[in-house]
Amino acid sequence: MQHRLRKAAAAAITLGGLAAGVAGCGNGGQTGNAGTSGNGTAAGQQNITLWDIQTGDLQKAIQSMVDDFNQSQSNIHATVQFFENDPYKQKLQVAMGSHSAPDIFFGWGGGILKSYIDARDVYDLTDALNKDPQWKNKFLPSVMSAVTFDGHIYGIPNNYVQPVFFFYNKKLFDQYGLQPPKTWDDLLHCVQVLKQHGVIPIALAGKDKWPDLMYEEYLVDRIGGPQVFDNIVAGKPDAWSDPAVLKANEMIQQLVDMGAFEPGYASVGYGDGEATALVYTDKAAMQLMGSWDFSSVLTNAKSMVDNGQLGWFPFPSVPSGAGNPADVAGNPSNFYSISMDSKNKDAALTFLHDAVLSDNTVKRLIDLGQVPPVQGIEDQLKQAKYGDYMTFQYDLVKNAPHFQLSWDQALPPAEAQQLLTDLDKVFLKQMTPQQFSDDMNKYLQKQ
Amino acid sequence: MQPPLPAPELLFGGGRRAGSDESMERRTPWPRTVMMLPTLVFFAAFVVIPMAMAVYYSFLRWNGIGQPQWTGGANWAMVFHDPQALHAMWLTLAITVLSWVIQTPLSLWIGVFLAGRQRYKNVFGILYFTPLLFSAAAIGITWSYILNPNFGLVLSLLKALGFPADSANILGNPRWALFTVACVVSWQFIPFHSLLYQSGSRQIPETLYEAAKIDGAGPWRMFFSITLPQLKYTVITSTVLILTGSLTYFDLIYVLTGGGPGDATNVLAMDMYKQAFVNQNVGYGSVLAVILAVVGVGLSLVMLRLTGYNRMDSQLEGV
Repeated sequence: MQHRLRKAAAAAITLGGLAAGVAGCGNGGQTGNAGTSGNGTAAGQQNITLWDIQTGDLQKAIQSMVDDFNQSQSNIHATVQFFENDPYKQKLQVAMGSHSAPDIFFGWGGGILKSYIDARDVYDLTDALNKDPQWKNKFLPSVMSAVTFDGHIYGIPNNYVQPVFFFYNKKLFDQYGLQPPKTWDDLLHCVQVLKQHGVIPIALAGKDKWPDLMYEEYLVDRIGGPQVFDNIVAGKPDAWSDPAVLKANEMIQQLVDMGAFEPGYASVGYGDGEATALVYTDKAAMQLMGSWDFSSVLTNAKSMVDNGQLGWFPFPSVPSGAGNPADVAGNPSNFYSISMDSKNKDAALTFLHDAVLSDNTVKRLIDLGQVPPVQGIEDQLKQAKYGDYMTFQYDLVKNAPHFQLSWDQALPPAEAQQLLTDLDKVFLKQMTPQQFSDDMNKYLQKQ
Repeated sequence: MQPPLPAPELLFGGGRRAGSDESMERRTPWPRTVMMLPTLVFFAAFVVIPMAMAVYYSFLRWNGIGQPQWTGGANWAMVFHDPQALHAMWLTLAITVLSWVIQTPLSLWIGVFLAGRQRYKNVFGILYFTPLLFSAAAIGITWSYILNPNFGLVLSLLKALGFPADSANILGNPRWALFTVACVVSWQFIPFHSLLYQSGSRQIPETLYEAAKIDGAGPWRMFFSITLPQLKYTVITSTVLILTGSLTYFDLIYVLTGGGPGDATNVLAMDMYKQAFVNQNVGYGSVLAVILAVVGVGLSLVMLRLTGYNRMDSQLEGV
């Protein structure tokens, strides 16, 4: 569910960003000077506004972060405004276009942020970070790639990571003497053994289509490395015909041919909880899903987690693949960026430096079961509830040279939509890998 | 017998009568105008103006938020070369025909049955009409549980009959998905059309049947020679509603399959939604909307012309 919302949000922001770009070019160069025209109420006081979209407990954590900051500062006052996810994208886009953006805005990184950067709506944080190496090195490097463009950094991570990996049913694995697979061949072996015993090897929520994409993201990265998808995002001609894409789709169809997925996987949804239910009712042994699936199992089958029957392992390596087997895919984090329109950029920088993912905020997020992308929190995570699960996620992201943002968020909406439909057809064997590449090449777009 | 109401003629624009009527039309008395005003305002606000806007949007390149760009006929030129749109049109045609073929005989049968005099008829009636009370979303969710390939009711039934555990892949199978969707749609709408046929059948004078009995006609003969011809206009009304309804059918498909698997149930209304709101291509989505509206209105007009519905002939000459 969360994933879907994010995807929709990303789609809207991408377009919003493009529109803002058009509007922004018309009256560019309107950059405020920090301090000189500040809208302070008292002499020397600087007010900054922050836009965010968290809800529930996470919203409380953000509010506490802002309150802490205001108490510690004598002449900066920060105000946070919370918005609903969907109206937020539109509001931000309109604000960017009309140069009334808040000082600090919440975003998703990737191609979405890039479109704002191209419209010169986002303040470059590179100098500030370079001046303060301790601050710069605070965050896990793989996450920063989502806000780094041509060596310049435009955002600071503000919440938690959501990598994608395999969940598995330990009871079923033990029953058939299986080990979590380390390589693709191991995975195929597991599929074979489970299939022989009448167990569904892998649960797949094909109705929602985006879970299909997780296989594609990982396989293409394992086979060809991050460059393959970078070419696709850049709209290079025939980028979808890369041998890595063709090979990945062949491997997907190999899984389909082996009967790796449950009957009727194309009509099984994730949002309605079906795919995960297959795993916790011992019908299916594995599911490739984002880290949020843990809370879904916890809600519906707490005993499975308490009895240690729910396991997890990273996506297997592909022998002779060019990509690094430690790469991860998923949602890297959300980010705060400073808008070019901000009149108090120094105050906003102070806020990003002092408040965002401060020690207290990190502690609050960990208490809520989330893994913030900051260095040196291993001990805190180990002591937390479900610490082994959180440590696994943390190590996965920390050791990853590259964190691939979900493709449907990174691509323009029309191309992403076509990708989901065509990939679904690959899973249904209605399309060959070659037909997939040929068709997708028609939808290549430059960001 | 009452004179025909003006409404169908205004709406369907057919069958102008001779001079005397025309002159009466011109001197429309003012209370009539005043009383029609609220409806006309609603009609304009919710039908005419949105339609005109959709036509205007169909010439734009617009994401729904930013600055629209005028592109002339570019969207229109694209639609007839777009394999996805053509596929969606084919699916829409298929589901329209399927809906009619499934719904009409069953509704007619249930409607005529419920208009009869057998015992417990009201109990049956209540059972048959229940789906009318459910929202499309609730029906979609219920049926997706029933048809669920791993936990569903259909699977349990198949298993009980000795079929293997993977035999209930119904909505997930691109070959069967559209037919299944048409069946669920029919399940939702058959009660409504049965209601039409029930009330239609009750209007048929008993004397016709009495006369037929005296002439020695059996139940089949009476059905085909009296009930069916007398229900001619009900069949037409029901058909027009089924055809135009299936053209724009969206909500149940959205909940059941979301247009999948692949694009097996991606009918035109679904494609329109995806183009306009997911792909943020409002101009192209509007093209599809205009096509749907034009085809829907055209289909209704052709139906009414061909069947003589607009002439409102009496079916009871001499009764």
